Amino acid sequence: MKKRCINRLVCTLPALSCNESVARSLVAAFVSLPDPTIEELADIRCAVSEAVTNAIVHGYRGKTGEVYISVKLFDDRSVRIEVRDKGVGIADIKEARQPLFTTDKSGERSGMGFAVMEAFTDKLRVYSTLGRGTRVVLEKQLSKTDNG
Amino acid sequence: MRETKSSVRFSHIGTILRAELFGEIDHHTAKHIREELDKQIYTLLPKEIVLSLSDVGFMDSSGLGLIVGRLVTAKEVGATLTLTGVDARTMKIFEMAGLERMRGLVICPQEEKRCIP
Repeated sequence: MKKRCINRLVCTLPALSCNESVARSLVAAFVSLPDPTIEELADIRCAVSEAVTNAIVHGYRGKTGEVYISVKLFDDRSVRIEVRDKGVGIADIKEARQPLFTTDKSGERSGMGFAVMEAFTDKLRVYSTLGRGTRVVLEKQLSKTDNG
Repeated sequence: MRETKSSVRFSHIGTILRAELFGEIDHHTAKHIREELDKQIYTLLPKEIVLSLSDVGFMDSSGLGLIVGRLVTAKEVGATLTLTGVDARTMKIFEMAGLERMRGLVICPQEEKRCIP
């Protein structure tokens, strides 16, 4: 049976670094609805923080822009989070996803953003077009609750 | 709009500089924490730097960048770096980057009292 979306959050935030915490808190509040475990919630907070930081730091490179966030909750307790920017895009996605890879040599970036997103979710997909922007899709299955 | 609250509390005993980080460490807050830490390290020139992460409520890979950067600062002044109060999630990020294999760095999951001789 095809899973059905039962709730949806859509928000847009300016690409300001202070909004990194706003984004992860907002998504965490929404994802709290189906009562995830503390671990699952912390995983999502961290993955969202990485995705939004990437959009701000690498997508827009400190320039103005908007970060588009969409979160869907499905009836099978799965969560799909999409973080999108209209920034510079990624030249080589495979290379960018390599742990420790970073294009930013000055700002103490660890190059672990995608690796963390991958480790803390079940599925990570990255779509990007140079000059057009990047779309990151994170999927996570929440465990069943005791009360069904 | 809520600003992430995070900061550093310092104490300096002999050649040991102890810094307790608290709040949330992300890309936004890391810059301020980095400046605070480097200012103290370059001023006091300690032999041992202890960073306590016990009161850090959130950390992503920007925190990892912060730690790796401070390891570089520590080496510059000839100090060792010890991390204490590292929780399982933060440890997972550290391990992914191979941080535990870096020279001059000690990582301790427990509170510092049990780690520092």
